[in-house]
Amino acid sequence: MELIKDTKIDFVGFRKKAFIFSGILVLIGVFAFIMIALGRANLSIDFTGGTNVQVRFAGKVDIGDLRKALTDGGIGDVQIQEVSGTRDFFIKTKLSDTEKESLQSKITTILSTQLKDVKFEIMGSNMVGPGVGKTLKKYAIIAIILALLGIIAYIAWRFTFISGIAATIATFHDVLVIAGVFYFLNREFNLLIITALLTIAGYSLQDTVVVFDRIRENSAKMKSRDDFGNVINTSINEVLSRTIVTGITTLISLGAIMIFGGEVLFDFAFALFMGLIVGTYSSIFVASPIVYAWRKKNI
Amino acid sequence: MIKSLKLRFILILVFLVVSIIYCLPNVVEPEGAWKKYLPSDKIHLGLDLKGGMHLLLELDTTKLMDNIVDRKMSSLKDTMISDGVRFLGIDKKGSSIVITVRGDQKEKLFNLVGNKFPNLKAGSTKPDGDLLSVEFLLPESELASIKENAVNQALETIRNRIDQFGVSEPVIVKQGENQLLVQLPGVKDPQRALELIGRTAQLEFKLVDEETMAKGETTAIPRESEVLKIRSKNRETGIVTMTPIVLKKQALLTGELLTDAKINMGGSDIGSEISVSLEFNAEGARLFDKVTSENVGKRLAIVLDNNVYSAPQIRERISGGRAQITGGFTMEEAKDLAIVLRAGALPAPVRVVQNITIGPTLGQDSINKGVMATLLAGILVIIFMVIYYRFSGVIANVALALNLIYLLGVFSAFKATMTLPGIAGIALTIGMGVDSNVLIFERIRDELRLGKTVRAAVDGGYTKAWSAIFDSHITTLITAAVLFIFGTGPIKGFAITLIFGMIINLFTAVFGSKSIFDWILSKYKPRTLSI
Repeated sequence: MELIKDTKIDFVGFRKKAFIFSGILVLIGVFAFIMIALGRANLSIDFTGGTNVQVRFAGKVDIGDLRKALTDGGIGDVQIQEVSGTRDFFIKTKLSDTEKESLQSKITTILSTQLKDVKFEIMGSNMVGPGVGKTLKKYAIIAIILALLGIIAYIAWRFTFISGIAATIATFHDVLVIAGVFYFLNREFNLLIITALLTIAGYSLQDTVVVFDRIRENSAKMKSRDDFGNVINTSINEVLSRTIVTGITTLISLGAIMIFGGEVLFDFAFALFMGLIVGTYSSIFVASPIVYAWRKKNI
Repeated sequence: MIKSLKLRFILILVFLVVSIIYCLPNVVEPEGAWKKYLPSDKIHLGLDLKGGMHLLLELDTTKLMDNIVDRKMSSLKDTMISDGVRFLGIDKKGSSIVITVRGDQKEKLFNLVGNKFPNLKAGSTKPDGDLLSVEFLLPESELASIKENAVNQALETIRNRIDQFGVSEPVIVKQGENQLLVQLPGVKDPQRALELIGRTAQLEFKLVDEETMAKGETTAIPRESEVLKIRSKNRETGIVTMTPIVLKKQALLTGELLTDAKINMGGSDIGSEISVSLEFNAEGARLFDKVTSENVGKRLAIVLDNNVYSAPQIRERISGGRAQITGGFTMEEAKDLAIVLRAGALPAPVRVVQNITIGPTLGQDSINKGVMATLLAGILVIIFMVIYYRFSGVIANVALALNLIYLLGVFSAFKATMTLPGIAGIALTIGMGVDSNVLIFERIRDELRLGKTVRAAVDGGYTKAWSAIFDSHITTLITAAVLFIFGTGPIKGFAITLIFGMIINLFTAVFGSKSIFDWILSKYKPRTLSI
């Protein structure tokens, strides 16, 4: 079976539209990134400090009653998330343990006195004291920067310096776009999402590298400099089939995680799912056209 | 690539057999004679799958410094008194000690400090009216080494406590400058464990300030006394009440002089209390003897972490170095108290900065979900590859199966930790792992379109796809390595899966699938290729 056969799409010709489109996406992403850096996004307790408790009830409990119980018990600033299709709830608050008592035991006490009729089980809890988040934020930023530097260095060495820059721009593009998507969907930024962003960076680069590899190969056959646009178009068209097939198999895997992986992995797989689509787009419409525009000194 | 097909298959088979042997303990328990020769370790599950507790503790080093300076100050004071240096005041200012003396005592004071306290550095000397105020401080290097020792001591103490509490495979390591990471897999009662680990367990014996107590509540508390709360528990209701009590600040005896602490059931008397009996070492016994003989009739308070447990009256001189703590304990409380007293006190209080608790149900839930997702991903990708690449797809699927079996084998052999994101990593490896074969197959199709023979097309496809496969693997490895270095527990698990998955993929998807192609091509010499 073949989905794609002998395409002759003029990808380089699309570059102006692609640059405008991507420019807008990146601007939105930068805005989201600034909001995240300012702490004005849905950040997980890993970064802000606080407590997250997962509770499973034996019977039906209304989210409003649960909120009221907690507020009456003295935990006012609370976010409650119901896991659809289950009797599980995530209870998130900025409060953390004090020297007197742990927040988990406080919640246990509140629930067993306020919601007497329903049995419940604390499935798990995560408490992060204030101050830890700063270190983690620092580590997350160092990790992202190091990963990107390592990759530019490798691509610049294996291909050309310009390729390294172009690949990095495309990668930043993808990471920013996904950060933007998450920001506007008000999904929570946690350590797993940072991991997903780095994995997206890796995947997007893998895609870009495959295209660059073909360009490197076809450039050797190039007769004159003017042919460069054609070389890029031919190369992208040649690898298009692979791009789509690998995209499909990876999307299948991610889809499976989204369906069965549960609440914790859903956002992770969702970020990767979106990242895969954006990453594929950027390696075709952003990375290679940047190399073209640079060489031609003409956007 | 190795020329001999036989040799290549032997290599693939050897890896396969070894991987399966390492994977076996996850499925069946080895029995009898096998047990001795076969590996018996299951894949190591992370806390997020196994359930348990992950704690990040921070040693309160400011409090520690405070204690150190306090102790230095009181021994300096004692020495000045015994050596006849007359002083008008001694006080603490940050990490330095300020002593007020008359001018004529200055030389005497410096001599004393120089001889008996060589690690105190002289700071500034300022005139204060017709007096001098002299500053002494602990040098930075001294403070740093105190800090480091304290962290190591805390680590040792906590390790002792956990060992006595009984948790299998705990992890207790130093992290950063003053933090300790503690992981307790499968711990049943996290709240109890937390109390056991986090307790400072500073045991002190202090005299009750009877004079001030007699004057009643309204009197000012003298400088050398302090107000603490005495704990009493109603045995019927279990309610703990705290009443204030005035104690002399000076601790006459501390927990450092203990040799043992045991639970005491209190004999057969009805209503007798469970208590913890203490045994002092020789020096402790001597001090106890001295304190009790000098203070008959007064009350001696037993203070643990600034809570007064009891303050019994000293009826007579007690020699032999034994004492008891009562406080309406339950069996469990008494047991834990004995453990912390035996293991010793922490050099300073610890603060819990992170506490992740995962119940066993949640862990099992996660495993089930992860396995389901991985199976679904596997089945769908396998079906897709066969539909898209026909027979060649089957070969890619064989390579994929090898990839997964090797991956699990390596995980078991290296005792790497599998986490929930790690399982997601396996599902992702399935999707991304076929990429190498997709790259190769697309190249083979190109070659076939150019009219090459099957043999030439296959060889050409592999050769041409190699550079793209190699480069893309390296870039992924770079990101995975960064994740491994900076990630915490669960994320490290994801990074490890990616790293192992990628490296194994180079072998199975390229070397493995090529070997299968070569074998089929040389055996059946087909004129067309199902791809």
